Amino acid sequence: MITFDRVSKRYAQGHDALREISVHINRDELVFLTGHSGAGKSTLLRLIMLMERPSRGQVTIDGQDLAEVRPRGIPQHRRNIGVVFQNHQLLFDRSVFDNVALPLIIAGYEHREVGRRVRAALDKVGLLDRERAMPITLSGGEQQRVGIARAVVGKPKILLADEPTGNLDPALSAEIMDLFEEFNQVGVTVLIASHDLVLISRLHHRIITLRQGSLISGSAL
Amino acid sequence: MSRREAGSRREGASLSRTSLLDRYNGWLQHHRLSAADSLQRVLDHPGSSLLTWLVIGIALALPVGLNVALDNVSQVSAGWDSPAQISLFLQDGVAHDRARQLEVELGARKDVGQTRFVSREHALEEFRTLSGFADVLASLEENPLPDLILVTPVATLDGPAVAALRTELQGNTDVAEAVLDMEWLQRLNSLMELSRRLVLAVGGMLVIGVLLILGNTIRLAIESRRDEIVIVKLVGGSNGFVRRPFLYTGLWYGVGGGVLAALLVSVALWFLEEPIGELALLYESAFQLSGLGIMGALNLVILGGMLGLAGAWLAVSRHLVHIEPR
Repeated sequence: MITFDRVSKRYAQGHDALREISVHINRDELVFLTGHSGAGKSTLLRLIMLMERPSRGQVTIDGQDLAEVRPRGIPQHRRNIGVVFQNHQLLFDRSVFDNVALPLIIAGYEHREVGRRVRAALDKVGLLDRERAMPITLSGGEQQRVGIARAVVGKPKILLADEPTGNLDPALSAEIMDLFEEFNQVGVTVLIASHDLVLISRLHHRIITLRQGSLISGSAL
Repeated sequence: MSRREAGSRREGASLSRTSLLDRYNGWLQHHRLSAADSLQRVLDHPGSSLLTWLVIGIALALPVGLNVALDNVSQVSAGWDSPAQISLFLQDGVAHDRARQLEVELGARKDVGQTRFVSREHALEEFRTLSGFADVLASLEENPLPDLILVTPVATLDGPAVAALRTELQGNTDVAEAVLDMEWLQRLNSLMELSRRLVLAVGGMLVIGVLLILGNTIRLAIESRRDEIVIVKLVGGSNGFVRRPFLYTGLWYGVGGGVLAALLVSVALWFLEEPIGELALLYESAFQLSGLGIMGALNLVILGGMLGLAGAWLAVSRHLVHIEPR
């Protein structure tokens, strides 16, 4: 589903964020991506999102070589990937419902369909009763769950998460991880960047470890 | 398709695309949403929005108002434009009988519409009453004015033909001088042409000013919603999708400015209507100030809207592409 073939990313300042990364993630797999900050976790996710282009090597998502995706095609590419951010990236001047509906509005869904899917997604993350609330009135864990609902509302094939439990206490973090596992069980490929080794080592999934841009372990099952 | 896919997530994942009709409806719906949302945002800040509207309104009202004024002036002068008149000043020694005869002869010509004989005595009398130089005139030993025949060509005669007629009449032995009373009209016309161009130039500059003001206003709106733009782009919003609300914002500013401009011009005309009516009455003229009219006002609003869109486009195309998720 996600294939990195000898991918390197060097920034203009000469800093190597990724060096010769080769890794394959299967359809339906849930994989953790770990390493110290600056090890290249975020860069890897950004390459999948086409927020960056690799300096060398090839990234293939669902059979599509990303080098062939033109700038005009980037929005369509991103619609097939759900993303959860550490800082939630919610719109604070809109209700929970409107935040979750955003990807569907962008994709041009019809009004009633939007309502149905948003409520289904909110129900999944246990926030159905908060759809009219403003994000600012929610707790950190609830805000993260709104972010997750927004990531899955478009039924993407791939779900990426960048430190989704970064600001949450262990109990809430475990709940969030349970949610990701549930999505994985219904066929979504999930890639979670996290440095919370204690939490992720309990979950028995493949762990890809990066150190200073190089792959240390977890390149294959 | 929407009902079937609810069955299984696994199947639903591959159905994240929508049919063409659904996409069209969604696109239309987003236009409606953007238009309403942008209008709401403009109305949420009545103070600053009103200022923007006023700036655009005044910038549009100035050239349009001047143009309406020019239209009125040319409407007045159109009454004088034709037929032109040729004044035949007769030689000193020509007797009144001969002059009368000449008047009849001229009146019989096909290219002459009307003739009027003004005797030198009558002219002096008229001059005395109109000019107020009665004392000066009384002190003159003899009447300095010549006899005069006013010849009005038929209305169908064009400029060169009238000039040719004048030359022909000049050749008459009884005529001292034939003067075509059109020079001042030509001067007025070229003055009007000049004014029109000035108004056009001023209007052009103000239009550019409006574009820049709108561009700057939209740029600020873009800056204040930078985070939102980043998030929208992250979840797959195209440039068109991001652009849309700002284009509508520009449209609303422009339309509001156009409405205000139409109002300003109407108020100015209403303010001037009474004194101009009195002035016209003093000149025994039935002149009435003509305003913008419904179509003119509508055009002004449309022009404002188009300027708004153009200004927003300017800002959006310059600033939006630089906002990318980092």
